[in-house]
Amino acid sequence: MSTTTPRRAHDAPGGGAPGRQAGGPSSRPPAGRRAGTALPGARRAFWILVTPFFAGLAVFSVLPILWSAYLSFTEARGSLTPVRFVGIDNYLRFLSDQAFLQSLGTFAVFALFIVPVTMFASLGLALLLHELPAAQALLRSVFFLPLACSYVVASLIWKLGLFSGLPSGVANTLLSVVGLDPISTWLAQSPQWWVVLVSVRLWLQIGFYMLLFLAGLQRIPKTIYEAAAIDGLSAGPRRFVSLTWPQLRPTVAAVLLLLLVAAFQAFDEFINLLPLNPDTRPPLVYLYRVALGGDRDFGLGSAGSLILTAIMVVVALGQNYFFGFAAAEDRTKRRSRRARRTGAPS
Amino acid sequence: MTGVRGPAAGALLALRYAVLAVLAALFVLPFYIMVKTAVSAPQDIASPTFVLWPSEPDWGAFGRVLEDPSFTTALITSSLMAVSMTVGQIVVAAMAGYALARIPHRFSQPLFALTVLMLLIPGATTFLPNFIIVARLGWVDSLQGLVVPTLFSAFNVFLFRQFFLAFPKELEEAGKLDGLGHLGVFVRIVVPNSLAFASALTVLGFVAAWNAFLWPLVVAGSGSGALTVQVYLSQFLTAQTFDYTGLFAAALLSLVPVLLVFVVLQRWLVRGVAETGLGGA
Repeated sequence: MSTTTPRRAHDAPGGGAPGRQAGGPSSRPPAGRRAGTALPGARRAFWILVTPFFAGLAVFSVLPILWSAYLSFTEARGSLTPVRFVGIDNYLRFLSDQAFLQSLGTFAVFALFIVPVTMFASLGLALLLHELPAAQALLRSVFFLPLACSYVVASLIWKLGLFSGLPSGVANTLLSVVGLDPISTWLAQSPQWWVVLVSVRLWLQIGFYMLLFLAGLQRIPKTIYEAAAIDGLSAGPRRFVSLTWPQLRPTVAAVLLLLLVAAFQAFDEFINLLPLNPDTRPPLVYLYRVALGGDRDFGLGSAGSLILTAIMVVVALGQNYFFGFAAAEDRTKRRSRRARRTGAPS
Repeated sequence: MTGVRGPAAGALLALRYAVLAVLAALFVLPFYIMVKTAVSAPQDIASPTFVLWPSEPDWGAFGRVLEDPSFTTALITSSLMAVSMTVGQIVVAAMAGYALARIPHRFSQPLFALTVLMLLIPGATTFLPNFIIVARLGWVDSLQGLVVPTLFSAFNVFLFRQFFLAFPKELEEAGKLDGLGHLGVFVRIVVPNSLAFASALTVLGFVAAWNAFLWPLVVAGSGSGALTVQVYLSQFLTAQTFDYTGLFAAALLSLVPVLLVFVVLQRWLVRGVAETGLGGA
């Protein structure tokens, strides 16, 4: 349960919830029952297989949330044992805290930079690589390689190597090459620290989104381009705008939401690059300080945790409402095609 | 590209390669900086100008870091955590995913609905509720505290269910004709034929587990009982005094397992992104 982007498995398992696919065309147990695939012992087998997961889910996902919900209505400072019932005070305190509002502002500024920059950069990279006659796999690997790095390792390189305040740092060397003064404190004031924060995340996650766009480009039927060529539309910006971009729209929508959700959960690089700066705390860092920092306010922290979770749930539901239906059907079909191709031994 | 011919196309292709080469160099730059700093001598670190490569590379920092017991303990903790997390998640999810997809039962719809509901809840924002349970169980600063709460991934169950829905029925029918029950079919027929899919998820899961930071920080950040490599590096980074070369050497060593996975299992990794793709990131 940490927060980073490309596939935070434990980090953020729910990131982009494909929820609505549930009711997709392929869920058909009743049909299966009619087809008579149930064997003797089916009930026992069912419970043996599902119990580990659902028991674990109950204890380690559902129970924690219920417990936090209870604590959020109490005063529990420095201890998990509530002192007294305080109603919705914790919620009011969290929502009216200047520092919390400021953390939402930090998220907004961060998202404003990181979301469009990552989207266009990874799309550009995918377009450069798509149908490249040679060395495509090698180059793809190079751009994918940063995913091996954790945010901690990347923060370390950025802070002490690339953006060290010393004149010998990479960024300062580049500045002096173009005749500008070196910057001695990249992480102490506003425009500079955004350069560091945005570039580190861009480097780490661009390869992942590049892969998604490459997959999106490969899904565009060749016949569309052939038809366009007959009509005199050849490769170039005009073809991109009138053909490629509309075909990519589902991928673009999904990538934008993934980026937005990931930005909202930003934590690792902020806490490692700017450990002490109260002006650059995104919501999760703020929550961490409230709940596990100095005064370990578990009541207030629980309220905050539920508020941030509620925000994410609303975003996920909105995502499904706007993009879920068509994309889910399409995806389920693709997935079953692929599984049929690769799942069976020959 | 299709439809363009002649010298103009050749020039365009050359330009594409030139741009890609520059970008590739830029992407490798941070790795180079890391190696360079790890082998720098003190005078290189203190140099007022950019040093391309230390005149006398000093590899001593690696030995120094490996002699630090708290670093080697952190490496072991991270390995145990990442392996048990990854294997546990896959096993638990494959079992549940198979039952939900293939064994007819009146509870399969409600249980699947619950799984989808849990998909909506992100792991990161609920770190405090999870910590509260771990603290109640007395698992703070322990390996089980790191691992157990992360084993129950609704997202993996969802993916496995989708995968098994498309699994060829003929194979299972053959097993049933041979007298296998549901469990026998699962263990003897379905699992051996799902290894490719499971490997893709495993590789991706391992990388994510190894690099995880928030949860290991919450569970074990304040003690020394279950410090992972990422938390160790973070504490090293935010400490007051800096052993630059040691820090970069430790960071490089921490990359070794994941880089190995990347180089050896690249195919599975790319496939994992494709499988979990837009849903999972």
